[in-house]
Parts: sequence; structure tokens; C-alpha cells
Amino acid sequence: MRAAAVDWRLAAPLGIVYLALFAAPLLLLLGISLHADQDLQQWGLDNWTKFWGDAFYRGVVWDTLRLGVAAVLVTSLFAWPLALFFCNASPRTQKVLIFIILLPLLTSVVIRTFAWIVILAREGLVNQVALALGLSATPLRLLQTETGLVLALMQIEMPLMLLPLISVMRGLDPNLLDASRALGAGMWRSFFRVILPLSLPGWIAGATLVFASACTAFISQSVIGGARLVYLPSLIWQQAMVVYDWPFAAVCSVTLLLTVLAGIMMLNWLGRYARTD
Amino acid sequence: MSQRRTFADQSFSCVFGGLTLLGLLILVGPVFIVLITSFTTSASLRFPPPELSLKWYQALFDTTQSAHIHRAAGNSLWVASMATLGASILAVLAALAIGRSRRPAARALEASFLSPLILPSLAYGLATLMFFALLGLRPSLTHLIGGHLVVIAPFVFRTTLATVTQLEPALLESSASLGAGRFMTFRRITLPLIAPGIFAGAFLAFVASMDNVPVSLFLSSARTDMLPIRMWGMMESTLDVRVAAVSGVLILVILVLMFVMDRLTGLTRRMSF
Repeated sequence: MRAAAVDWRLAAPLGIVYLALFAAPLLLLLGISLHADQDLQQWGLDNWTKFWGDAFYRGVVWDTLRLGVAAVLVTSLFAWPLALFFCNASPRTQKVLIFIILLPLLTSVVIRTFAWIVILAREGLVNQVALALGLSATPLRLLQTETGLVLALMQIEMPLMLLPLISVMRGLDPNLLDASRALGAGMWRSFFRVILPLSLPGWIAGATLVFASACTAFISQSVIGGARLVYLPSLIWQQAMVVYDWPFAAVCSVTLLLTVLAGIMMLNWLGRYARTD
Repeated sequence: MSQRRTFADQSFSCVFGGLTLLGLLILVGPVFIVLITSFTTSASLRFPPPELSLKWYQALFDTTQSAHIHRAAGNSLWVASMATLGASILAVLAALAIGRSRRPAARALEASFLSPLILPSLAYGLATLMFFALLGLRPSLTHLIGGHLVVIAPFVFRTTLATVTQLEPALLESSASLGAGRFMTFRRITLPLIAPGIFAGAFLAFVASMDNVPVSLFLSSARTDMLPIRMWGMMESTLDVRVAAVSGVLILVILVLMFVMDRLTGLTRRMSF
């Protein structure tokens, strides 16, 4: 039982299913993106040059990346205070907090998106409050704007950031904070010099999930963003299911894959850099 | 802490306290707003609702008027059950295969079994559509089960792996030295100890399959409609208030399941800690 080896007979069933239903379709996707015509007869990079040669499509990639980064930044702003609050709470409060964090995570993305329509619509909660308080004379336009979308994504993705962050921050030695305070550092300084750097691994794990999921949040993007805001997922859907241009849809999909992977690698690189610092 | 609270420290408490309150409100607020909206009398999504009634729930449970919603819900339940069953069996075997190994091969396998969690599943959804279409297969629930299985297996794999790595080797060794065979040891020692991890993972996998959009979006058709896709359609065309009623039902089911699963498996402890 010491230095156990991998039991390949037990790993094989899932491995074979993954090869057949996961690796094979993704390789096929790559292959189709390298075809020049819609009948998949000719190989060529035509669709790749069409995509990257067009300023509109490059803009879509850029907007998708920006949306992912914006979602990470806004969730981070709330995640650290919430995680600190969680770590200082009594076990009883912690249990309630975990429910509060898990409930939105386990509620369907479609429902959460729907909730934000009710909140952001012309007759919605935000507008009623804004009009009642006299903050605005006319209803604000929040649906079909990037602001509204980032706001909704923040709530939708927040649990993904909170869970890894809390699990790392719970493991931190509370004496570190006390030591920092005893040596005369204020709370702000203690937070930025002690808590923030030490909880960075948790943040990176959370940021990876938030980034990947915000970039690919098709339902939220299409319902709250509307037709005016185009991101890679809606472009993929439209090309595959409306235009039926499979090679071009495949190019968009591989681009989405690479975009998300690039973001994740960047975050991991950031983590390594932060640790050696 | 016997230190005097400085102005800077007070500003820290204010900012962090304020963000915490706002954060909590943003986390749970929308769920309750949907619940309240679902009891509206109005045909618009005005919040707060002018009056409360069960009108939209009656419309939702009407078998002729909402037949397509019922069929989509039935499809989703069937696919989620089958995919969870398949994913659980395969993922538990895989977790047992590498759980007690520290070799590089084990780490590589772990990373690849978890990879569907991070790779954009929308790209995977399109890939499966092309894959099944080029194989000449017509859309069916079986394809949906296959696609969902791949996407949800990592949930069971992750929670089961966490329990397998915590298994006490001495327990297995003493079981073996007392004459139990491999199967006996598995059934009497290993399985009971890792069961909470399996159940917690299976629960998360089931929920993930019920909610799945990226794969269903491409693999479902008029005949094999899935609930989230049907709800998306209802939201896109006319803002049908029945969406709120469906949401209300699903939120209540999730709340009940969360309490049950917490009792059975300590789900809240198992989520990340």
C-alpha cells in the first residue's frame, strides 16, 4: 500500500469516455476550423484570416476579454470583505453564510439572469428606487448595457470567487494579523501587506473560475446584453445555429478556448510571480 | 487588541462593513425578488407586484397550456439522472485509481479529469454537435446524456478524490491482514468512508446537469427540449411570467435539497474546506 501506483484498470473507463466524448470532439472542432469551405472539402486557413482580418471580430474578442476582467475586478471588490467577515464570524453565522453563498450558486444561471431582468428593467427595482429618491428624472437604461451586464455577472459569479478565497483565508494564522497590529500597522496596512498577499492563491483560483465563466456566460450575455452587445459565445451560437457556417463557428470557438486559456495562464503566471516576490 | 482605534481603522471598518452588507444583499436579494415576483397578479414583471396570487403557478401546472414546459422538465430530469449515475460510477473508479498515488502520472490524470471544469463548455457544446452530426446521428437524449456526463463528472471526481486521499492506510491494511479480500475491504471499509464525498459530488453534478446551458444549447432539438433552454426561449421572445413560477419551483426544490444534503453529507463543510 506504500507509494501506491496509479491503478490503470480503474482509471480506464473514465479515461476512455473522455477520449471518445471529450478529446475527440474538441480535435474535430480544431479540424473543422481549418477548413476553407462549408462542405468541409478543402483545407485552409481562410476562416482564420477572415476572423482576424476583420476589425469587428477582433473587437468582439477584445470585448469578451474585457467583460471577463471586469467581472473579476468587481467580484474581488466584494469578495475580500465578505471573506474576512466570514473568517471572523461565529461557527453558527458561518453556517448561515455558507447557505447564503451556496444558494445562488445552486440556483440555475437562467433564474439568476431572469432575476436581474426584474431588477434592471424599465419598471424594475433599481429604477423605482432611483426615481423615488430623485436620483434621476427619467428611467435609467440598464438592460442592454455593459454596466448592467457586469452587475448581473458579479452576483452570478461571486460564489465562485468566495469559496476558494474563504478556504485559503481560513487557513491563515490569526497571529499574523495580531503581530502586524501589535507592531503598529493600521487595519488598511495590515490588510494590504499581510492578508491580501497571503490569500492570493485563493484569489487566483477564484479569479480563474470567474474569468472563465464570465467569458462564456451565453445566457446572461444574450439576455441582459441584448443584441447590441456581441460577445464570442453569442457569435458562436449565431454562426453555428443561424448562419450554419460551421468552419467559421469553429474558428470562433477555438478562439474562445484560446482566449480563456490565455487568461488563465496569465493569472497563474501572476500567482507564481507573487509567490517568489 | 488594546490599541486605540485610529481614524484610519474606523474608515477600514466602515468600508469593509459596507461592502460586506452590500455583498450579502446582492448575493441573496435576486433569489428572493424572483420568488416574490412569481406570486404577482400582473402580466408584467413589475417589482414589487401590485397584488399577490397563485395565478402563474396555476398556469404552470396546467397540463395543456404548459405541456412543452412539462416535457422539457421531464427531459432535463431524465438526462440529469442518467448522466449523474454514469458520471458517479466512472468518476468514483477514477478517484480510487489515483487517490492514493503521488506519482506524476496521477497528477497528470487528475488535471485532465478536472479539465472540463475550466475549458469553456460552450466550445465543447459546439464540438459535440459537430461530432454527433458528422457521425450521422440524429439528435437524441442519449447524446445529451453523454455530453452532460463529461461536463459533470469532474464534480463527483473532485469530492470523491478529497475523501479517498484522507483514507487511513492502516484501516485498509488491517482489513487485509484480517483476511478480507480486495472486494470485501472495498465494500466494508472504503465505500462507507468515501460515501459522503460521492453523495455530495453527485448532488452537485445533478444540479449542474439540470442547469447546463452550453451543451444543451447545441444538442437539444424541438423533440429533445431541455428546461433551461426552454426558459431561455420564454425569456427571449415575450417575457412570460411563467418563467418566474418555474424559477419559484426550482428555488424551493434547491432549498429543500440543500437542507437534506447538508444533513446527509455535511455539504456545507464539503464545498471547499
